[in-house]
Amino acid sequence: MAKNRRELSSLILEHQYNPQVEVVPREEAKRILRSLRAKIWQIPWIRASDPLARVVGARPGDLLRLRRRSPMAEVVETYRFVVPA
Amino acid sequence: MTVQFGVARTQPEVPLKSIHRIRFGILSPDTIRNMSVMEITTSQIYDEAGLPVRGGLMDRRLGVVEPGARCETCDNTHDACPGHFGHIELVKPVIHVEFAKYIFDILRSTCPHCGRIMLRNDEIAKYRERLERLSAKWKLLADNLVEKVKKRASERSTCPHCGMKRNKVKLERPYDFYEETENGALVKIDPEVVRERLERVPNEDLRLLGFDPSMARPEWAVLTVLPVPPPHVRPSIQLETGIRSEDDLTHKLIDIMRINEKLKIELEGGAPISVVESIWSLLQYHIATYFNNELPNVSIAKHRSGRPLKGLAQRLKGKEGRFRGSLSGKRVDFSARTVISPDPNLSINEVGVPIDVAKVLTYPERVNEWNIDRLRQLVMNGPETWPGANYVITPEGRRMDLRYVRDRKSLVDRIGPGWVVERHLQDGDVVLFNRQPSLHRMSIMAHLVKVLPGRTFRLHLAVCPPYNADFDGDEMNLHVPQNEEARAEARLLMLVQEHIVSPRYGGPIIGARQDFIIGAYLLTRKDTLLDREMVAYLLGAAKDVEGIEEPAIMHPTELWTGKQVMSMLLPRDFTWVQPTAFRSTCGDPATCLEDEYLVILNGFMASGVLDKKSIGAEQVDSLWHRIARDYPSGIARKWLDSALRVFLRYLDLVGYTIGIDSFDLPPEAYDEINGIIARGEERARKYMEEYLAKTLQPDPGYTVEETLENRMAIELSKVREDATRVVERHIDKRSEAYIMAKTGARGSLINLVQISGVLGQQTIRGERIKRGYRLRTLPHFEFSDIIGPEAGGFVKGNFKEGLGPVEYFFHAAAGRDGLIDTAVRTAQSGYMQRRLVNALQDVYVAYDGTVRFSNDAIVQFKYSDDFTDVSRSDHGKPVNIDQVIARVKQRG
Ligand SMILES: [Mg+2]
Ligand SMILES: [Zn+2]
Ligand SMILES: [Zn+2]
Ligand SMILES: [Zn+2]
Repeated sequence: MAKNRRELSSLILEHQYNPQVEVVPREEAKRILRSLRAKIWQIPWIRASDPLARVVGARPGDLLRLRRRSPMAEVVETYRFVVPA
Repeated sequence: MTVQFGVARTQPEVPLKSIHRIRFGILSPDTIRNMSVMEITTSQIYDEAGLPVRGGLMDRRLGVVEPGARCETCDNTHDACPGHFGHIELVKPVIHVEFAKYIFDILRSTCPHCGRIMLRNDEIAKYRERLERLSAKWKLLADNLVEKVKKRASERSTCPHCGMKRNKVKLERPYDFYEETENGALVKIDPEVVRERLERVPNEDLRLLGFDPSMARPEWAVLTVLPVPPPHVRPSIQLETGIRSEDDLTHKLIDIMRINEKLKIELEGGAPISVVESIWSLLQYHIATYFNNELPNVSIAKHRSGRPLKGLAQRLKGKEGRFRGSLSGKRVDFSARTVISPDPNLSINEVGVPIDVAKVLTYPERVNEWNIDRLRQLVMNGPETWPGANYVITPEGRRMDLRYVRDRKSLVDRIGPGWVVERHLQDGDVVLFNRQPSLHRMSIMAHLVKVLPGRTFRLHLAVCPPYNADFDGDEMNLHVPQNEEARAEARLLMLVQEHIVSPRYGGPIIGARQDFIIGAYLLTRKDTLLDREMVAYLLGAAKDVEGIEEPAIMHPTELWTGKQVMSMLLPRDFTWVQPTAFRSTCGDPATCLEDEYLVILNGFMASGVLDKKSIGAEQVDSLWHRIARDYPSGIARKWLDSALRVFLRYLDLVGYTIGIDSFDLPPEAYDEINGIIARGEERARKYMEEYLAKTLQPDPGYTVEETLENRMAIELSKVREDATRVVERHIDKRSEAYIMAKTGARGSLINLVQISGVLGQQTIRGERIKRGYRLRTLPHFEFSDIIGPEAGGFVKGNFKEGLGPVEYFFHAAAGRDGLIDTAVRTAQSGYMQRRLVNALQDVYVAYDGTVRFSNDAIVQFKYSDDFTDVSRSDHGKPVNIDQVIARVKQRG
């Protein structure tokens, strides 16, 4: 098992089926939540221990933006709320 | 303005409150005693006179259920007395079976001596801090932490608080606790000791173990007092013979009382421990089965007749239980159920309702100045004659049953605006029609009533696919919406015509099948020429057509082509090109003279024939799909209604039948097929010889035996494929059976091959027949380790010439296997559907396009990523670009 972050990055981030991940800055996160009319806990959760969260160094409370291809729409943006453990 | 529906309420105002939340806990012995109005002190229930014994399980203080009597607690009669709990003081405590798991959790993770949790003080502080942080916001994560704490605490064997060693606790399901001593012996911990240990655990430690001690102290899970529900929960039934029969729960409570009394006597008499223990464990058994009579490792408590008694859990559980049977599965008024039968003369929007049903189902119509004359006439007709009415409701809310109104004439005169008439169901009323299993939203659709003689519901054949209905005895349910809002909603959203395009695949689920397809094919065939009378019949069936076209042939008689009739039905602006099922080599629709392409230009059918591919149900990118998509639902529906009537009328007029000669093949065909069979068998036998000579090379990943089996199965199943091609080549193209198969009306080429060619390999669970006798599948065959073609179920015969006895047997075996397979599959997929629906029933698409749960948590940020409703789409795509371009080009 790849343990350090760089190894994980190359394994996870570069896989063709993997979404692009980034941590959304606090201010923008607030704006996004407002436009979705959602409380942060209403965003789908991801554990901070999830490899996808770990490669971008996400911490509990962060909002992640995922970009992935979709069979229905070309590129889709979704969000994940990082929770502890 | 206040609008009041139905009957005025005679009951006093009841204050309304909304439930904020529900919290579950365990009743403490004090709570049980406080809510009890009496202690049950005797196992007797009735005295010699048949009156309830005081202190017994039917004591009048618990409430009354029989009319006439008065409750000794609240002084009400049966209709107002809510029932009052009593209690039984247990001589010795017993475990509450349903809590045994939680008791076990506590016993495992606490010290039996000092009652503290088996964690060091620093660990406690750490976990407590973490738990407080999580339980505020992260319920799920808090639960995980509790599991972790339990695991940690149960691993330790020396108490960090008092330093004592402890033994491992074991739970023997469902309710016996044991301690494992150092020498490995198991010593029982009786419920009294269990309770003492649980009492010692401090509140603070309980919180770490996931308990809320204010709602549930663990020792409360060991019963010292048993609540006794009032007779309302366990009513006794009086049989006509005058014999009283008690509810199962009462029987169980009597058992509990008897054992409790016996235990008390033995204890007071100073009986030996072994006697006391055996009675005690019997008490435990009765109380456990009172709660749940389907416990593992516990014999089921039975009635004198041998029938298993129903415990409290059995009242709630399963299909017939309180939740699925009584709450979700409640029976409703204004509904009807009967057998269905077909009627192609109805619209797909309609449902035929028997007069007898229409006279029972009603709609409450409010009287106003525009309908008063009609409603007066209906009331005059009364409940017996259709169309009539069953009830009249006055503006004061008084409800009058017309069966018992002597002088209807004077009642009719009093009726005026503000009254409500519950009139019979009439033509045009909106009803909901349903067939179980309701697997998708088209399983319940709104239909317009057409009252008809007869005893069955009638529906159009084209709506069979969405309901998955046929007429071999299927029954369907019908519901009548009871107000204008519900009727409008049903008509706008649920009417059959709004569900032609399925949300499953974005194509029409409703459409032509079977006879309609044959009729359409015969009508549009090139050689169909119709005289004036014939055309008039057809256009008459179609109803409103614009007018008759000029005939294609003027002399010597006027003759029209079938395609012309079709053209007269099609919308004027409709253009569509698609290959027909008869397409073979021709590549250009514009020049094809063989009717291989369906070409429609501005409502003119230029070439081609109609078949399943163009007008069938469940066909995407077809003529019917285009009409259903490109025109308003009402127009599409009307077109289907009249086109289908025309097709069927034509079929009626020309007739259609098949005979044995439909399956004739020339002798050359049989020569070819016999050759194919012989060669297939020969190849299979060659592999057998190779195997016996040990020269057969195994395929990668398979043994030699498996390789042989695979090769033989492939060779033998290829025989039918090859024979199919021969039949296709040689069969008379005008044969009725062939036309049905080719147009997609009914049957397939495989059926033709099996009837007139070769039946082929029979399979059980996807494999050749291999079971039967030792070393052979039937006694007709020689002993052998390897199964030859015949012994393995390869059938050389066909249905037309008949099967040999052995062939017939294998065919029957394979047929039975298919039946079992279907039965198993429906059961499995039904259960899967149930679980999925239960998990997903609260998911909805919000107005902003997000998909959310009932707490508005987001499941998907945009429904299906492109916010497309498949039932409003073109085969899943929001727009069909090709179609748009074609239309723009055509308009110039
Ligand atoms: Mg059926
Ligand atoms: Zn009462
Ligand atoms: Zn201790
Ligand atoms: Zn052609």
